Amino acid sequence: MAASSDTAPKTNAKTTGDDGGHSAGLSRWLVVAIPYLWLAIFFVAPFLIIFKISLSDTAIAIPPYTPVFEGFGAIGDFVSQLDFENYVFLTDDPLYIEAYISSLKIALVSTVLLLIVGYPMALAMARASSTIRPTLVMLVILPFWTSFLIRVYAWIGILKPDGLLTLLLHAIGLMGPDDQVQIFRTDTAVYIGMVYSYLPFMVLPLYSALEKMDHSLIEAANDLGCPPWKAFWKITFPLSLPGVIAGSMICFIPITGEFVIPDLLGGADTLMIGKTLWTEFFGNRDWPLASAVAVVLLVLLVVPIMVFQNQQKKVA
Amino acid sequence: MKPSRFDATVLALCFAFLYAPIVILIVYSFNASRLVTVWGGFSLNWYKVMWSNQGLMDAAWITARVGVISATLGTVLGTLAALALVRFGRFPGRMLFSGMIYAPLVMPEVITGLSLLLLFVALGVDRGFWTVTIAHTTFTMCYVAIVVQSRLLTFDRSLEEAALDLGCPPVKTFFRITLPLILPAVLAGWMLAFSLSLDDLVIASFTTGPGATTLPIKIYSQVRLGVTPEINAICTILIALVTLGVIAASISTKRAELRRIRDEHLAVRNAT
Repeated sequence: MAASSDTAPKTNAKTTGDDGGHSAGLSRWLVVAIPYLWLAIFFVAPFLIIFKISLSDTAIAIPPYTPVFEGFGAIGDFVSQLDFENYVFLTDDPLYIEAYISSLKIALVSTVLLLIVGYPMALAMARASSTIRPTLVMLVILPFWTSFLIRVYAWIGILKPDGLLTLLLHAIGLMGPDDQVQIFRTDTAVYIGMVYSYLPFMVLPLYSALEKMDHSLIEAANDLGCPPWKAFWKITFPLSLPGVIAGSMICFIPITGEFVIPDLLGGADTLMIGKTLWTEFFGNRDWPLASAVAVVLLVLLVVPIMVFQNQQKKVA
Repeated sequence: MKPSRFDATVLALCFAFLYAPIVILIVYSFNASRLVTVWGGFSLNWYKVMWSNQGLMDAAWITARVGVISATLGTVLGTLAALALVRFGRFPGRMLFSGMIYAPLVMPEVITGLSLLLLFVALGVDRGFWTVTIAHTTFTMCYVAIVVQSRLLTFDRSLEEAALDLGCPPVKTFFRITLPLILPAVLAGWMLAFSLSLDDLVIASFTTGPGATTLPIKIYSQVRLGVTPEINAICTILIALVTLGVIAASISTKRAELRRIRDEHLAVRNAT
């Protein structure tokens, strides 16, 4: 990337220079401008709006808030109308703070679990013979293509008290015929769902970091009498750190705002901010409060998102 | 490296974990019994029930149209974005641009969905088919951009440079040389975009309106009422479609790769 981006401006300058025409400049400009504008309108502008609406009053109407900004002449009014009421409400009600803390906790624990499950898997894939590696990668990617919702739904049938896990445990005699598995609608079910759904996102960055590793380093360590676990800890793990960081961020950030998994697998006491936002929006129809919830979530995630972006830039 | 028993066990367990729930889901879609846990013999009954469920079929049709349109738009925009990122070096606002490409990949869906909905309300747009399509285009184009970008980075530029040196205009060079070479990545990007659109519940829930209930929204509302074999049936069909698509795509990519290698060999032999 570094090399190509260094040479890219030169080659382009040369071609446009040779060509001298306006059409080359115009098409070049359009290639950047079209996606740029699309994302500015449909990705960045919505964030400005969500921020604005989080500062407005609730109104029982559609849209259920009072407009804060009407025309450019009203900037004075705008400032005077700004209302931090929704944010004050968020800090007043312990429910919201608890939901944020609980979301971050669930995301952190899930990410650690994903590392514990994903790392050995990625390592085993990277150590497999090069003939079967593409098949293994394909097998990891395939579940990612099948619907998220379907994969979470599949777990309901397994974890239900009268579900397949109970039947299996009855069949192999690990559980009395009257007992039932009490996992469905608990935090445990949420963790299972998270690890299951996000495993490909964790394994693939880890695998690509481990696969690139020079195996002669490990062999050298072994030859010099370094025990395998020490060689792992001193060589393999540090070299795989970019993959660890990328995988952790790709999992941690969306899990914090996850809605489907806590809603379908979690219990009434599973607090996650994505669920809270959904309820405020669809249940209570409180758009400004839902916006404030989203803005605070975004602020919490700014640092992980920055780390992720830096990592991606380095990889590219 | 010698294959260790430990590695084989880890792989077997992890793949069992990844695939067992999907296999169970598929098996129970052929269950004659309404109870998910009781096997009542093989039956295609639930596929019939599903087929005659008009609401589900309407939702499937809407989802397919949203998917095709948004994946196509997303592929065009994402490919342009990838070209801008890889080929244009530094341009004003490049930092913001690459930020806008990477951020939607990890952004929690509830935030993206809510913020887009508020934009549509602020613009006074009626919510429905087109708002869902625009929303899906926006997040899928970023995935396409990443896929195409990685292809462009490992791409031999000498052919392109030769065309440009021989006086071929840049736009024509793109369509004659660059696009055919990156086509497998562009097609893979389209498939990824389509499957992401097919899959999305949260963003569609926020941005949809009357008469534009997509399949995931429909499935979700039925799942909340309980597990039924009918949902297993529609899920099985979706899984089958996606699996076939992925396998077909990987076979055709492999074929194209082989053909390219053969052509290059021929070209080298003819040249010498």
